[in-house]
Amino acid sequence: MDEKKHPNEMNAEGEPFVKAPVADTVTNPPVTKELEVPKETEAEEVREEKKFEDRDVFANVESGEPLDDGETPLDKNVKLMSPARMVLRRFFRSKLSIIGLVMVVGIIVFCWFGPVVYQRWGEIQVDYEGELDTSVRPITVEDDGDTYTFYRAIESRSLTLKKSAPSPSHLLGTDEQGTDVFVRLMYGGQRSLLISFIAVFAIAIVGIIFGGIAGYFGGWVDNLIMRICDILMCLPGLPILLIIGTMLDGLGISSSSRMYYLMIFLTIFSWGGTARLVRGQLLFLREQEYMVAAEAMGFSVGRKIFMHLVPNVMPQLIVSMSLSLGSMILYEASLSYLGMGVPPPYASWGGMVNATNDPNVLRDHFHIWGPPGICIIIAVLGFNFVGDGLRDALDPKMRR
Amino acid sequence: MLKYILKRLGLSIIILLGVSIIVYTLVRCMPFDYVEQEIAKRGGQNKAILQETMEALYKTTGLKDPIIVGYGKWLWNLCRLDLGKSYTSGDDVINVIADHMGTSFAIAFFAMIFEYLIAIPLGVTAATHQYSIRDYVVTILVVIGLSLPSFFFARLLQGLFAANLGWFPVQGMVTTGYETGFEWLGSILWHMVLPMVSIIVLGIGGTMRYTRTNMLEVLNSDYIRTARAKGLGEGKVIYKHAFRNTMIPIVTMLAGVLPGLFSGSMITEEIFGIDGIGRIALRATTNVDVPFIMGYNMFLAFLSVIGVLLSDLMYMVVDPRVKLA
Repeated sequence: MDEKKHPNEMNAEGEPFVKAPVADTVTNPPVTKELEVPKETEAEEVREEKKFEDRDVFANVESGEPLDDGETPLDKNVKLMSPARMVLRRFFRSKLSIIGLVMVVGIIVFCWFGPVVYQRWGEIQVDYEGELDTSVRPITVEDDGDTYTFYRAIESRSLTLKKSAPSPSHLLGTDEQGTDVFVRLMYGGQRSLLISFIAVFAIAIVGIIFGGIAGYFGGWVDNLIMRICDILMCLPGLPILLIIGTMLDGLGISSSSRMYYLMIFLTIFSWGGTARLVRGQLLFLREQEYMVAAEAMGFSVGRKIFMHLVPNVMPQLIVSMSLSLGSMILYEASLSYLGMGVPPPYASWGGMVNATNDPNVLRDHFHIWGPPGICIIIAVLGFNFVGDGLRDALDPKMRR
Repeated sequence: MLKYILKRLGLSIIILLGVSIIVYTLVRCMPFDYVEQEIAKRGGQNKAILQETMEALYKTTGLKDPIIVGYGKWLWNLCRLDLGKSYTSGDDVINVIADHMGTSFAIAFFAMIFEYLIAIPLGVTAATHQYSIRDYVVTILVVIGLSLPSFFFARLLQGLFAANLGWFPVQGMVTTGYETGFEWLGSILWHMVLPMVSIIVLGIGGTMRYTRTNMLEVLNSDYIRTARAKGLGEGKVIYKHAFRNTMIPIVTMLAGVLPGLFSGSMITEEIFGIDGIGRIALRATTNVDVPFIMGYNMFLAFLSVIGVLLSDLMYMVVDPRVKLA
């Protein structure tokens, strides 16, 4: 610590030095040592900061002198914490958000690293090791009054191994095409998650652009964009996407490029909510002092919107993105379940549950349609928990 | 007041026009021969009948005309409620919608009553005991309810309770043979248990969260502090002062949700074989029944516009503090 310090400097316990009784200096460690920023546990730090604030007022009242005299830099006795770190710590304090994070990371690792580690079967690789099927049927023949009974045994080997129960070679059995359910689960997850990720990011970008323009300029531009948002929000979501699915069928779009069209249309019809959010925030932010400053500096409109206003909307935007990731996964799964999303033979979680249209599968083969459904729940639940945790962490009103 | 309503009505018409443009454009993007081929595939084998169907289709929807003229024609027919003939059901679209929306509405309506009966008390207790175990349980239930995929949950119920345990019928509305009387009613109720449970569980999360948030907001307001300062009992504070004010946003939301109950739910109805409008619409969409698709989507947009309008008006009616210009 600096030798030349102000008498009003305080120790870490919050007592101004002038008030410290002389006797205490014997038992307490030397003052200079106490002045060092104590290494506290993480949880203590927020309280620590608050104490300092309280003491500022106290010290001023006591001595009648301003504390900030310019001699001692503030960061010597206050541990600074960036807002991002405070948010992160508040986020990790909640058990639910940690559970959510574990779920999300777990499912991502499973989907992307699973196929690298477990290469026994491919996504559309059919198991041609059909099962041996033996049927024995008695045949009775009458000859000269005697009856003979023969047994005819037919051994047949079905071409593909369909709907087999879980076994060491197929961890979750095979589906009705004879492909491995466990492997399809991983590839299907990749596809479902990727479509949702890309769609959500695209929605955020389109929403920022239109919401930013509407909120900044106001007037007829704002009116026009907001009316478009109204229209988009009144559009029936699933039926419209089903029409698009039929339209893509009609145009003869190939299976592999269908997913990209799906993402594009998901984006086109869902950016309304994000644009509204951004616009609402901008209406508030553009009246702030720093925007007057930006105006005075003569910044260009684009710079003002996208460098000064939009970064301030990011917290709300991140929360809404993580929450809409969950609903986008559900949306994509519903579409694929209805056969309008990811087309066969490719796997997707929703499409795998579609196997339940066969009553036999529904009754006896839970291993085919159960796991993809559980995966959807885990992924959506994870993103919802993370989103809730982020919202609580970013919203100062929610601080406990 | 009147001016506000007129303004909102004008806005609703603009929204409906926008939706109609989008729906029409999407349908126009389908190739004609594909539509024709699909119609032929679904039973129109007879050349003359096929020709007739296509003629009728082009007449009502104007698909063969240039896009602006065709849109104008279709819009004119739409205004006269002439939506053309659905060729999967063989009846006028408007009749098909009118016939089946009742079933969908009945199911959704009763499900909604149960939903509110469960969700509101739970939401209120979660708010009054904030950060307690109860609150956490409710919060987790909410998130789980919001995270369930409808098709998976419905299939799970169906697979477990109907197909495996046999407690409930797998599909359908009523056991054949019962026409009237108590047996008929009982049979319908029996068939409706699983669909209802699936709709209720999926919808309950949102309502619960909404109740909790609004209750918390009210509990933090000044007049609640005043009520406590007056020395009122906690029960009176919560159920007389706080809860009544929580009802304002809930009733408003209810008004907004009500028209949407007619729209049916495609997935649940299809899975449980309920003869509602959602199932018909799903069939129509996969069978490229163009008149029905267009009519149904306009119907849905109309319902949601009405819902928004109703909830705004309800807000004024319920909350006298709100004054709108």
